[in-house]
Amino acid sequence: MSWLRIEKLAVEVRGKLILKDFNLNIEKGEVHVLLGPNGAGKTTLIKTILGFKNYKVVNGHIFFKDKDITNLPTNERIQMGIGVLFQHPPAINGLKLSKLLTVCSEKRGNNTECTDELSSDIQQLATRLKFSPEYINRDVNLGFSGGEVKRSEILQMMVLKPDLLLFDEPDSGVDVENVELIAKIMRELLDRDKIPSKQGKSGLIITHLGYILKFLGHITRAHIMMDGTITCSGDPALIINSIMKNGFEACRECVSCVENSSLLKEVDFTL
Amino acid sequence: MNMKTKDSPDQIKDKAHKVLERAKQQNNDGINLNDYTLGDEGKPEGTLHSEEEIPEDLKESMDKVGIDVNEKKSGLYLQTGNKYDLCVSNTPGIELLPIKEALKKYDGTDGKLNLQDYLWKAVPYDKDQYTAEAAIQEISQGYFIYAKKDRKTVFPLQSCLFVNLPGMKQVVHNIIIAEEGSELDIITGCSTHRIARKALHLGVSEFYVKKNARVSFTMVHNWADDTNVRPRTGIILEDNAEFSNFYIVMSAVRNLQTNPVINLVGKNSSYYGQTLIYGKGNSYFDTGATAHLIGEGSKAELISRVLAIDSAHVKARGTIIGDGKDVTGHIDCSALILSDHSRVDSIPEIQARNPQVTLTHEASVGKIADDHIEYLMSRGLSESESINLIVSGFLDVDTSPLPKKLAKETEKIIKLVSEAEMG
Repeated sequence: MSWLRIEKLAVEVRGKLILKDFNLNIEKGEVHVLLGPNGAGKTTLIKTILGFKNYKVVNGHIFFKDKDITNLPTNERIQMGIGVLFQHPPAINGLKLSKLLTVCSEKRGNNTECTDELSSDIQQLATRLKFSPEYINRDVNLGFSGGEVKRSEILQMMVLKPDLLLFDEPDSGVDVENVELIAKIMRELLDRDKIPSKQGKSGLIITHLGYILKFLGHITRAHIMMDGTITCSGDPALIINSIMKNGFEACRECVSCVENSSLLKEVDFTL
Repeated sequence: MNMKTKDSPDQIKDKAHKVLERAKQQNNDGINLNDYTLGDEGKPEGTLHSEEEIPEDLKESMDKVGIDVNEKKSGLYLQTGNKYDLCVSNTPGIELLPIKEALKKYDGTDGKLNLQDYLWKAVPYDKDQYTAEAAIQEISQGYFIYAKKDRKTVFPLQSCLFVNLPGMKQVVHNIIIAEEGSELDIITGCSTHRIARKALHLGVSEFYVKKNARVSFTMVHNWADDTNVRPRTGIILEDNAEFSNFYIVMSAVRNLQTNPVINLVGKNSSYYGQTLIYGKGNSYFDTGATAHLIGEGSKAELISRVLAIDSAHVKARGTIIGDGKDVTGHIDCSALILSDHSRVDSIPEIQARNPQVTLTHEASVGKIADDHIEYLMSRGLSESESINLIVSGFLDVDTSPLPKKLAKETEKIIKLVSEAEMG
């Protein structure tokens, strides 16, 4: 079953065409990686999948679990099982991370009986992510470091347990130690260590470094996105090695990695 | 303390009349005191003798300003109109009295405190027509709270003031004295009875916090849409004195203007003030605070959170004057505008009068940011749920400067009042 299917998508942001003729299909259990230079439209894609206000679909469709979600409000898409880890989430004055987690948990259908106390489940998850109880009582994202933002985002995903996870630069601005911690949880959230027939989660990981992929196990497919569309798709090892060696510009025509594949074996995919 | 020479009662009245004359020429600030009457001159004082005798409808009004009669307390003062109904206290060393009785009792004889030394020292009676009116009415009524040296309240003191008749002016004068090393926690609620609507509340409150003493004061106002409100508050803080002030108004009002003046004369004295305003209907609010940092190392923080909907207009002010050596002050005025016709003016002002002061301010006024709403929607909340969560977060004031019991109580009050007013 197709988890995410995007067909001929064109998207305008404030009158400017950002995505054009964008196509993507992610099956249940698959994890894809989307690579591309700054400004290629990667974050626009994520926000369009979520249905944010300023991201106007002028052509094409987005299907989730075979249902057309192109015109659904954001929260309904989330309730169907989409989850997102933002690169730059906003700081919200007065809204405590603990409160947000409790709300996420309620949305997940857990009855928290209206207490202000954080459930022990959430507390345990927070401890795994090295969040102290006092930290979790801070206003969400307010004065958080890069690593803290990512850990807070992934903690919310752990509570929401979505079926399709969208990761926008999960490793940017994060130190090595935290990248490993975040990757470990991503691996769990994406069922990477289950046998293929038990893998029920899908993922789309946006990155422009690829370093985090080293910790994530098998990646189904990689795509290169440039100027609002996918220019090249294929084997993750080949594509990443090609980018490392030749840069994104050489991938515009999607020939370099195919032509030189035999020469690329010397480059270690795991960096 | 302000040590200007004492005026005799006649001199006070004389000057007060002149202030009223002047006010009349300047159009009375839009409020003509003669449009209102005291209304209950014949009514006897102290008609209730215990909390059990409080009528149910009064209890309901008390609930709306966060005063729960069933809570444990150190004392309770109830006043309707210009007469007190009930005044009970049960903590040794902490006295709660109607101000008229207090003035008779504390006359300076037999080595007792002389209240005349405090009367009109933190609030000048010739400040404006309202203080002048209170001076002419010669202490209509109000409460006197007196914490003796090193005495502490275990539970908060509760006080409630009601305006209960249409066309009534309620003129209140409160004096609060915390002697050296004492601690006072006070919760006070003021409200208009639904039949009163068109009314005027005029409240003078003078606080004297001595060396090493600490006062926390939580005040909840719940007015009617045709009530004018003029609180006049003065606070004097001596060495190491601490004051936490929470002020919450979430009801409609006609016109409310207040600007407590805090004189931090003592070394290392500190003031922490938070104001929470939910302006709705056609309400007009002009609220602020002025902290004068005089004592070396004194500090003040003025925080306001304003929500404006409908056609409400809120002016949120804050002034800190840095006079003393090594003083610090910070003003934080944040406001959310939730409708097209509401208006908020945020006016922080900091004045440095020597190079050894550190004064800062931040202010923001605007609607709820779209990216905040979308962020919460991307966690599964609907648009209206997201807005509610952001607004309640915005109202989630920091109660940490309060003692634990009072912090819990204050949080409960805010929750209660905001749920009742915002639905």
